[in-house]
This record gives sequence, structure tokens and C-alpha cells, in this order.
Amino acid sequence: MAVYIVRRLLLSIPLLLGITIVIFFLAHHLPGGPLAMYLNTASVTPEQLQHLTVQLGLDKPVPVQYVEWLEKAVRGDFGHSFGDGRPVVAVIGDRIPATLELMGAAFTLSVVLAFTIGILSALRRDSFFDYLVTVVSYAGMSMPIFWLGILVIMLFGAQLHWLPTAGMQTPGAPFSLADNLRHLILPTCVLAAFTLAQESRYVRASVLDVIGQDYIRTARAKGLPENVVILKHALRNALIPVVTVLTLDAAYLLSGALVTETVFAWPGMGRLFYDSLREGNYPVVVGIAVLVSVLVVLLNILADVLYAVLDPRIKYG
Amino acid sequence: MDVTLADRIEPRERRGFIHRLLRHRNATIGLAILVAVTAACIFGPIIWAKNPTAIDFAAFGKGPSLHHLMGADDLGRDELTRILYGGRISILVGFLSMVIGIGIGAVVGAVSGWLGGAYDFALMRAVDVALSIPSLFLLLLLSVVFPPGVLSIAFIIGLTNWMRPARLMRSQVLTIKPREYVEAAHAIGSPPWRILLRTITPNAVAPLIVDGTLLMGQAIITEAVMSFLGFGIQPPTPSWGNMLTNAQTFIVSMPWLAIFPGFMVFITVLGFNLVGDGLRDAL
Repeated sequence: MAVYIVRRLLLSIPLLLGITIVIFFLAHHLPGGPLAMYLNTASVTPEQLQHLTVQLGLDKPVPVQYVEWLEKAVRGDFGHSFGDGRPVVAVIGDRIPATLELMGAAFTLSVVLAFTIGILSALRRDSFFDYLVTVVSYAGMSMPIFWLGILVIMLFGAQLHWLPTAGMQTPGAPFSLADNLRHLILPTCVLAAFTLAQESRYVRASVLDVIGQDYIRTARAKGLPENVVILKHALRNALIPVVTVLTLDAAYLLSGALVTETVFAWPGMGRLFYDSLREGNYPVVVGIAVLVSVLVVLLNILADVLYAVLDPRIKYG
Repeated sequence: MDVTLADRIEPRERRGFIHRLLRHRNATIGLAILVAVTAACIFGPIIWAKNPTAIDFAAFGKGPSLHHLMGADDLGRDELTRILYGGRISILVGFLSMVIGIGIGAVVGAVSGWLGGAYDFALMRAVDVALSIPSLFLLLLLSVVFPPGVLSIAFIIGLTNWMRPARLMRSQVLTIKPREYVEAAHAIGSPPWRILLRTITPNAVAPLIVDGTLLMGQAIITEAVMSFLGFGIQPPTPSWGNMLTNAQTFIVSMPWLAIFPGFMVFITVLGFNLVGDGLRDAL
């Protein structure tokens, strides 16, 4: 297993090179060039721009710049934010806890609900409940997440005044966990809904698939009680393919988090990416894009490893 | 009258397909939705003849009424007219980006599966790279790099949606390549491009059609998200997405602005998902 993990990590190096090349070259073609953010600032003189161009090495050919950038990037140096001059890593680092809080909460909520709903609707196949779940999940899969966010804000914020709809905490008030959690509820529900529809379908399909297997019939024929058959024999096997899907969905959540953070003014990494792109703060844009891509690559590896751990039939060399 | 075997089988099979599709309840509902939405967007502006950029000061900020069935927006423009014109843009972008995505995917997949070896390896690694950058981050980056406009937005969305069709097409080509009828085509001396185009492709399109239908729905959502964030279709051209950009500001005073455009996206995408589901079962 250790050999397998090491090999997968080594194989991901060329993949990461490809990803960074795409992102770096795209970001370099931002309109107005990398220094666009300073072009509109009256206080920056052409001489200063010239000086910055030389200082940041922007006068060199782009492939040379890429190699120089890469050398620094592998050491964790992504340059400095054009906004406030702080290191990009620090700027992004400030926003990571907010994103992790939101994504963690949404992921947990959606997994718990997906399992409950998926298993129940599989066990009560063709019942009214199952039918209802099918209809709702069709609706969920067709729902644009930002619109759901707006609707939720309209109902729970603007009409009922039950919950706060923007930010992580009440502005001006001292930090309190209860206040923070109250702000977390709406964005979490919206982001969880983003993946819930599909996940519960996967769980349902997987459980149905296993229930039809011969060994389940055997277990019943042995006279095992139904709850033992379902819990010990069926679910354990049904969950193997689901775990892979869930791991990959965590990557999919990153895009959803960008939208949710923007709608709910949640000060996370996605919101930072959105703001930086608008400002033309290109070192931060590159930094976040690379970071989320690395995360996706790692999650893909994790999915494969988990699969091998859970399913003893699969042997990796 | 001479009737060849092919003549006798073909129409019956085709009738069978449409019959199966129409008997599929979900597909029928989906088709009905899509026909209604598309017809409304194409013919609606002829019947409900208002100018999407005309400003009616009397209607400014007023909700749905007989004069303005969906109310008027924050500038006093008729919301229904803008929904219909916006629908044309949204559906057009969805359609174009689906064609581009499926087109790129089909070519990449066919080349990859047909040539194999180093070509296959290189192209599939390109698929891996494209799949590893979370799509929305890549989309926003692309949208800033390319000049704004309907065509480039469609192109960008297509550019981030070719990976799944490519994998589908590749696996189809790999499955069909060793079949006897492909061997027969080789035997009668068909050139490779002709075999790929005339023998393999027609037998490989079924999953691509299903995927294309689902992709179109996804592309409409993607366009809406990008335009909502201000990186897609730029005002004053209305699209369902950018009509929602300001909706959050007027969520209390003009809630209808937040409801109608989003509902149109939702119902249209639902239509594509239902039809895609029906096609999967019928094909």
C-alpha cells in the first residue's frame, strides 16, 4: 500500500506541472498584463511601473518567468499580493479557515443526509417516500446554487428575519461561537444541497445493487435477522463505491463554495479568488487556482487509496 | 415493388425509438417544458412586443401587473420582455457550448481510441489536467482572458466540458474497433478515416447524445453562474444569469426580480435533465 501511495504521488508530479503551466499562462494573459492593477492608479508613475516590471522579472520571456515562478512556488513562495504587499501564502492562509469551516459543515451535512435518504429510499423502493425523494432530487440537480442562495436569503433573511444572511459574524460585535454558527447555517444548507441530490441517488443505487446480490439472499436464508442482513452485510458493501464518489464530490464542492461565499459574503478563499480576479491581483489568482487544483489531485489519490483499503478484493502493486 | 431488408428494418426501429421516448413519462414532461420555453423565447417577443431596453418610468419598481406581467426591473424595464430576450441568449449559449464541448470531446476521444499508443497517452493526460482544475475557477480565469461576448462565453464553457465526452467517445471507439463489421470494412479496402467516420461514429453516438443533452442543461447553469458573478454575458444584453446580478440588492423591495430569471434557468435545466434521462433509457 505504501508503495502504491508513493507511486501515485510521483505520478501526480507531471499532472501538477501541466496544471501550473495552464494556470500560469492563462493568468499572464489577463487583460492589461500582470500589472493591470497598477495601470489605473494615478499615483503610480511610468518609471515606477518600469521599475516593478524589472523587479518582478516581467520583462523576461514567459517560459523563463514560469520556471522562476515554479522554483519559488515549490518552496511555498507564491510572490506578494498586489493589494497590500503581503506574501500570497499569508493572504490565502487568512481565508482558509473560513472556507474549511463552510465546506466541512456542508460536506458533513450532505453526507449524513445523503446516507439517510439514500438508504431509506432504497429499502422502501417504489414507496411514496422513494417517489418523493426522486422528484426532489431531480429538482435539486436542476437548481442553480446561487439562485437557491438568493431564495433562501429572501425567505429566511428578508421575510422571516430568522437568520443572518451575510458574513461570518455580526459586524462590530465581539467574536462568539454561537453568533458564528448562526451565520454558518444558511450558506451550509445551500452548499450541502449542491451535492446532496446526486449523492443520495448514488447511495440509493448502490444499496439497491447490493440488495439484489446472492450473498444477501444467503444471509437471509441462514435466518439472520433483517437488521443484521442490512447493516452488516448490505451496507458495508454498498458504501464502498459511495466513499469514492464522496471524496470526489469534496473537490466539486470547491466550485460550489466559490458561488456560496460570493452570495453570502462569506470571507473565504472562493470569495478572495473572485475579488482578486476583479482587481487583477494576479499573484493571488494564480496562488488560489494552483492551491485548489493541488487539493483536487490529492483528493483523487485519496479516493483511490480509500477504495483499496475498503475493498479487500482490490490489490494495488 | 422491391423492398430490401434494410428498408423494412430501419423505419420500424426508428419508430420504436420515438415511441419508447414518448412513452417515457419523464422524457415527455421534459420535452413539453423545453418546447414551451423555446417557443416562448423565439415567438414570445413577437406577441409580447416590447423593447427590452425601453424604460417605463411609471412602472419603475412596480410588481407584476397586466401592463407588465412579470413586473418591471430597477430601471423600469419590462421584466417579461427581458426574460424572453435573455432566454434566447441563455439557450443559444447552452446550445453552442454543448456543440463545442461534444465536438472537441468526440474528436479527441476518437483520435485517442483509434490511434492509441503515445497519442492516446498524451490526450488522456490532457483530460486529467483539465479535470483537475476546479471548473468554476478555470471558467472565471478564462472569461477574463478572452474578450467578453456571447460567442466567447459559449466557447469558454465548451472548453471546460469536453473531457467527459472525450472519455465516452474513446471507450466507444475502443469497444467498436475490434468488431467484425469494422474488420469487414478494412477488408473491402475502406480508408481509415472513412471507417472512423462512416462505420464507427454512427455506432458510437448514442452515449454522446445523452451526454450532450445533460451538458446543455449544465451549460445553461454555468452561463447563469458566470453572468451572475459578472464574468459572463455583459449588460445591457440580458441573460437569465446577469438579470440576477442586482436581484440581491432589491431582494426586499422587488423580490420578483430574484424569482423569475432563476425559475426560468431551473425549469429549463430540469427539462434537459428529464429528456436526457429518457434518452438514456430509450437509446
